[in-house]
Amino acid sequence: MTVAPLPRKLTGWLPPLLVFLAVLALWEFWVKAAGIKGFLLPPPSDIVATLSDQWTVVWAAGFFTLREALGGLIGGSLLGILGAFATARWSLVREGVLPFSIAASSAPIVALAPITNQWFGITNPVSKMTVVAVMVFFPVMINLVRGLTDVDAGQLELMRSVAARDATTMLKVRLPNALPYLLSALKVAVVLSLIGAIVAEYFGGSRAALGVYISQQAGLTRMAEAWAGIVVATLMGAGLQLLIIGAERLLIPWHPSRRRN
Amino acid sequence: MSGPMVSLRGVGKTFSAGGASTEALTGIDLEVQAGEFVSLLGPSGCGKSTLLRIIGDLLAPTTGTVKVNGKSPAQARNHRDYGMVFQQATLLDWRKVLGNVELPLEITEVPAAEKDRRARAMLDLVELAEFSDHYPWQLSGGMQQRVAIARALVLEPQLLLMDEPFGALDEMTRERMQMELMRIWEQTRKTVVFVTHSIPEAVFLSTRVVVMSPRPGSIAGIVEIDLPQPRQFETRELPAFFAKLVEVRETLRRVGGE
Repeated sequence: MTVAPLPRKLTGWLPPLLVFLAVLALWEFWVKAAGIKGFLLPPPSDIVATLSDQWTVVWAAGFFTLREALGGLIGGSLLGILGAFATARWSLVREGVLPFSIAASSAPIVALAPITNQWFGITNPVSKMTVVAVMVFFPVMINLVRGLTDVDAGQLELMRSVAARDATTMLKVRLPNALPYLLSALKVAVVLSLIGAIVAEYFGGSRAALGVYISQQAGLTRMAEAWAGIVVATLMGAGLQLLIIGAERLLIPWHPSRRRN
Repeated sequence: MSGPMVSLRGVGKTFSAGGASTEALTGIDLEVQAGEFVSLLGPSGCGKSTLLRIIGDLLAPTTGTVKVNGKSPAQARNHRDYGMVFQQATLLDWRKVLGNVELPLEITEVPAAEKDRRARAMLDLVELAEFSDHYPWQLSGGMQQRVAIARALVLEPQLLLMDEPFGALDEMTRERMQMELMRIWEQTRKTVVFVTHSIPEAVFLSTRVVVMSPRPGSIAGIVEIDLPQPRQFETRELPAFFAKLVEVRETLRRVGGE
């Protein structure tokens, strides 16, 4: 390539950044030129101004919701991991539970929110954590089962040829093989956890929560405030994704997705 | 060890799946003496890989008796009496080259310092010492297969079982690997049972070629290869080499394998 020798990191970041700024500029221009009312779509400049104005309020709400999302994420993932080991270990569990799990994972689980509100109380974070936990449980479990069982047949024959015990094969072959599957499930799960917590809060929740903040501001047609809440939710989601990508870099440097030439 | 390294008596194997059964092997009688290099040669479907897996206790025979190093195949496997090399290198992607060679030593709980020394000695043997810190995907197919050979030899087994180990390689790499294998065999003097469907490969490497015929798999004939040792690049150009090629080819043709 004869492109100017920009550092690789920069050339990677530049195009999406330019697209992002172009979209914002277009949005700003279009809203003002077409005279679109602020309660329909505020210009980005308004959203930024409101965000800096309401900074502490919105971020406090964000962290409240983040705590619910993380609580559910950790609980649901741990259960999913346990479920996956049981499923991979006992074929009876696999045959009985896996089809059910695959069906359940395509159900709109946020719809449970009014029910968990009844169970645990509308302002109790546990009601939101439960929804999140159920949401992340299935993708984590299904992916991990796949990782533990989709092992190269040759590698299993090799382990048998050196008379490795099942526990050794689990530790040295199945687990490392499953790690990329688990991490890609977690990338999906962090997004689901924020969606789950915020949408569940739309059904009612503590006044300190981000979902409640967004829906109340929108109800009062204070759209810039509602958008500021959405920006915070997006930043938190991106932050969680980056954490998982960092973990991938650390844990699976050998994986095809991480190979550099 | 006075008895044969591998002894097969009336070995047969029938696979059954969904009510249908296929006879893969029947009436196999074969003895492999210590220090021999024996190839199992035949067209696809002649059961040569199945037979190798029976010797390695990766499959159980339906009939007959198998002895490896004087023991049952299961005992021999549990005592790590053999090392196995497959058609695919089957290296663990998440381990570097050294870690892959160390794997059998970890499983047998060899102390760390000795583990490192022995694994490095094996990498020296296959001449890959400077690649110990590479991941498998950074190596060519031939180099990966050499790592697999180092791994199969690291527990110092008496017997090496090889299942078309060079089958996935291009012709030039393949001939180089055959030379490598002959050098390693000269140096280590293992007994080798080698599965292949290449006639020149079988003739070049072996002291005996077991020609197999398909449906069901059985032994059609055994050709002694008394070419001078050690085998060298020039071996392939000897008139005696061509004579052996012809002899093996004729044996295959008689059974409809070619």
